[in-house]
Amino acid sequence: MDFVRNFPCISIMLCLFAGIISSGLRDKAAMWVNAALLTINTVLSAYTLIYTLALGDSFVYVMGTFPAPWGNEIRAGVLEALMALFFCIIMLLSLFGGRHKLMEVVEEDKLHLYYVLTDLLLSSLLALVYTNDMFTAYVFVEINTISACGLIMIRQNGRTIEAAVRYMIMSLLGSGMLLLGLCMLYDLTGHLLMNNIKESVALIVADGDYVIPLIVSIVLMSVGLCIKSALFPFHAWLPDAYGYSTISSAAMLSSLVSKGYIFLLIKIIYRVIGLDVYDDTRIIDILFLFGLMGMIFGSTSAIKENDIRRMIAFSSVAQIGYIYMGFGMGTQAGMTASIFHILSHAATKSLLFIAAIGLTDVSGGSRAFIELTGSGYRNKWAGVTFTVGSLAMVGVPLFSGFISKLLFSQAAVQNHAKMLPALIVLGISTILNAIYFMKTVIRIYTPIDNSVYSVITFKDMPVYAIVLLAFIILNVILGISSQPVVDMIQQGLATFA
Amino acid sequence: MGSNLFANYGEAVAMILFGIGFGNLLLQPNLIKKIIGLNIMDTAIYLFLAEKGYIAGRVAPIVTDGVQSVEAYINPIPSGLVLTGIVVSVSVTALMLSLTIRLFQRYHTLDLDEISKRLKREGL
Repeated sequence: MDFVRNFPCISIMLCLFAGIISSGLRDKAAMWVNAALLTINTVLSAYTLIYTLALGDSFVYVMGTFPAPWGNEIRAGVLEALMALFFCIIMLLSLFGGRHKLMEVVEEDKLHLYYVLTDLLLSSLLALVYTNDMFTAYVFVEINTISACGLIMIRQNGRTIEAAVRYMIMSLLGSGMLLLGLCMLYDLTGHLLMNNIKESVALIVADGDYVIPLIVSIVLMSVGLCIKSALFPFHAWLPDAYGYSTISSAAMLSSLVSKGYIFLLIKIIYRVIGLDVYDDTRIIDILFLFGLMGMIFGSTSAIKENDIRRMIAFSSVAQIGYIYMGFGMGTQAGMTASIFHILSHAATKSLLFIAAIGLTDVSGGSRAFIELTGSGYRNKWAGVTFTVGSLAMVGVPLFSGFISKLLFSQAAVQNHAKMLPALIVLGISTILNAIYFMKTVIRIYTPIDNSVYSVITFKDMPVYAIVLLAFIILNVILGISSQPVVDMIQQGLATFA
Repeated sequence: MGSNLFANYGEAVAMILFGIGFGNLLLQPNLIKKIIGLNIMDTAIYLFLAEKGYIAGRVAPIVTDGVQSVEAYINPIPSGLVLTGIVVSVSVTALMLSLTIRLFQRYHTLDLDEISKRLKREGL
């Protein structure tokens, strides 16, 4: 066995151990442990990605000594490694970009706990990406929820605690439904490993006896994960949680936490139920419908918002709508578009949050639009980066958002029944995106007498500026050379069955 | 249909309890009642699992008197899942309770809607 095959397991274990060690360290030391962990995990994931690309297939790593139908397994393919690599990079950038704010809002001597939470968050994300066992997935979903809740409430004020409580309540409803769904699936099939469940599901469908319980279980799991990833009607907790938590938390919550659940749902669709069976249940149409509604509703709410952070948060609702719309197509092309959008949204949304904090900081800490006038001149790095993020969100060529919109439209054209609503809503949503993002960009570049405000240059915060530059490069790479990434996604999906 | 429901009354009860817990967690304005609802919901799932794993006339799979036949024991996996689930639900409950204490210390009420109203008024 090649040594690379241990890497997925090692990276999850490293996160857990780093979390345990960090809880006893001082603030600075915990930060460096976290940074080292993220760097190591990035390297390990990149290596796994190269290995699986060369292998052309996925591999299974047996946890413990029990073989397939009984034991626990990790499975790594191109898609899993790509996701893991991306999650590590985004998390590293988000943490470094928001570090100066973190020191302001978190109480002294409690900062190391923040890094414990991020270590745990990364371990749960990696485990969700790599696991091949449904119950392990449930356990890590809960770890993900708990650490995300901690990330929200690390900044102690009434708003964040209330947001954390609301987040927990919705998440717990979701995970309750997920747990019930997978218990039912276990009862129906007698297995917990994804491959074995899929074989049994095929038999159940062919047999026809227990189709209704199967559908109930699929519905419970899908709705549970939709609630957790804030699909449109279940998004009430999202604006407060993203809007008032510290900036690194907001960036990680929007770009990573919800994506972990969505990736689990993709795994359930492909590897547990099978795309054909899932397509036949008609749940997919409901996902499609709510995706479309989310795209419109999220954008209109964002237009009405007078707070830049909450505006970006509402934009997340719209973008998650896009991802579910891609699922709803029920085709390989739609799924490819969705997965690409997961990557592009993760890269863009964290960029927007990190850039927004630079703009609000030079506007006296106020997040209202009127105060932001001219802030693009006061912090040039943040202004340029915010503009890049806005253009990417609207879908201007050269940036990542354009490619995902292109892929979504291509997928829509291939699906005759859903082509018209998908294209119309894509068009409307793009216009709405343009309205609220361009409104902000014009606002931050409206000239004003800047003498009353402080001006931030590169020398004041070099780390922040470098992080912003890295975000821009990531976005442009995704936008210009998207074909290798799309190829990887397609190759990964082909071995996903 | 009706006879099936009666034969599997354990599962039926579990589903009813799940509904009660779910409704409480979703609709109660009082935070403590919400947490009680959460616990009812989780316990209902454990009841469901235990009911599914039980085989009439068999005992828990702990070898004490040298009987090693598979026929003598129930399926151990659902019991294992229940144990794991209990650990998860305990930690989640603890977290929710600590958040509730924080909110109560700040606002002296357990009503989540009331707290939201006050936050809006404060304009924080």
